[in-house]
Amino acid sequence: MIVTADTVRFDSLSLDSGARLGPVEIAYEAYGELNAAKSNAILVLHAFSGDAHAAGPGPENGKSGWWDNMIGSGKAFDTDRYCVICSNVLGGCRGTTGPASINPATGCPYGLTFPVITIGDMVRLQRMLIDSLGIPRLLAVTGGSMGGMQALEWAVGHPDRVVSAIPIATTARHSAQQIAFNEVGRQAIMADPNWNGGDYYGKEPPARGLAVARMVGHITYMSDHSMREKFGRRLRGKEAFGFDFEVDFEVENYLRYRGTQFVNRFDANSYLYISKAMDYFDLTGGQASLDAALEPARARFLVISFSSDWLYPSYQSQEIVRALRARNCDVAYVELESSYGHDSFLVDVEEQSSLIRGFLASTFEKLA
Amino acid sequence: MSAHTTRKRAFVPELLGRSDYAIIGQIVEPNTRVLDLGCGEGELLEWLAHNKNVDARGVEISGAKVQRAIARGVSVFQSDIDAGLADFPDQAFDYVILSQTLQETRHPREVLREMLRVGLRGIVAFPNFGHWAVRLSMLASGRAPRTSLFPYEWYDSPNIHFLTVQDFENLAAAEGFRVERRYFLAGHRGVTWLPNLLAEVAVYLVSQG
Repeated sequence: MIVTADTVRFDSLSLDSGARLGPVEIAYEAYGELNAAKSNAILVLHAFSGDAHAAGPGPENGKSGWWDNMIGSGKAFDTDRYCVICSNVLGGCRGTTGPASINPATGCPYGLTFPVITIGDMVRLQRMLIDSLGIPRLLAVTGGSMGGMQALEWAVGHPDRVVSAIPIATTARHSAQQIAFNEVGRQAIMADPNWNGGDYYGKEPPARGLAVARMVGHITYMSDHSMREKFGRRLRGKEAFGFDFEVDFEVENYLRYRGTQFVNRFDANSYLYISKAMDYFDLTGGQASLDAALEPARARFLVISFSSDWLYPSYQSQEIVRALRARNCDVAYVELESSYGHDSFLVDVEEQSSLIRGFLASTFEKLA
Repeated sequence: MSAHTTRKRAFVPELLGRSDYAIIGQIVEPNTRVLDLGCGEGELLEWLAHNKNVDARGVEISGAKVQRAIARGVSVFQSDIDAGLADFPDQAFDYVILSQTLQETRHPREVLREMLRVGLRGIVAFPNFGHWAVRLSMLASGRAPRTSLFPYEWYDSPNIHFLTVQDFENLAAAEGFRVERRYFLAGHRGVTWLPNLLAEVAVYLVSQG
């Protein structure tokens, strides 16, 4: 697997809010080789807390990429056939410009002076990256959760640049429940005194608030079933209740561990900005209906949802599928049985792989 | 119904192991848009896409079958046929295929109407409940008939609406459907007379009258 890791810099990016941001850097990784016709490129779009490191051992700590089970030689996104590209989103904190980046105008981190961004802005920056790589059309754009929103945005906003789209475990618009969970996360961060109005760089970060936000997130990524299987009511390293507020249960320990881990790799302000971008996401965007909003889309679609995903329930995927069908778009859809909740798209990949492998092969064949 | 409209074929070959598929494969014109309702694992659609270069879509209720269809590169979506057609625009397809599925739908008349709304033509293949072996089985046993064509016990049969060749003719006439072609099969033989008694499977090409 040929791996490229690079950062591309652009002078300026215009944003949906009307603001301009510049200069902007975007970090990406690529696996596999671009063919001579540049027709085998697949853009993989990460979810909320992901980064450009989608596959292979990590450059720093050797940790596998977030979709390593899907990307590689002989895997669903077969790097022997395709060139798979993944970039860190705008507003992120893993190499792409975000609130923790230095504002060249002040020489200090942006913090809350960073402009509010949208999924459309993230995709516009990705489009600039794809242009700079000289790729005329992407064979596929794909991702789960927020990655799926970006895939949809690509298909609608840049239809001439996308042959196919594979939105997974996602929605055409954030629901009240999804916004509500994000708001709890944001409030947890902002309630931490260390957050200090977003100005904490070089000081103590709002680690407790960010950890609580991540704990809530983790609950929504699992299912009742998977939590019962994984933790049940098992106690953590004790035979009886402690009758205090230290960790009693295995599940408490897990959430605390996940929360603390997250603090080491994620910026609290990025959490605010990216979660807000998801909440603003509504493909309908002022149009009469989702059908009308999908009018520009020309891609072939494969939509996948998971039976136990209650954060992005199947009805949201079906809404997308019905609207595409009403537009007579080429769309395949299946709800996969899985007990892992929203995390299914990351962990339960066997059936997902066979679907994607076949879909990509036939899409590539039709193109040739 | 007259024997003149029936293609006389002494022997109907198999396509993917089925003689009704061979007839459907013959009917469908190249470079058309085809929707297969209850497409199973998408074998027929895959064949039509490769051999007739059709734009192939399918609807299937079973998730496991949808998965295998998508894995073979066919655009299939998981849905129930009774509900699944409402979103399609009018005349979105040249052919809508119902291959041995009509008898499994809850509202067959509505499904037929819908298929001729979303498609210019419908191809309907169904097992003939009027076949002599079915009649004989019921007469002799006094129980719900079981034959090679209807092999299920009454309680686990996927077939919930039984129809004969004559029933379909009557419904088509009542609905004002135009029967463009009709084919009757018994095993690999084409049936040219007394189809309601002798045909095991009927294949109709219908359009909106």
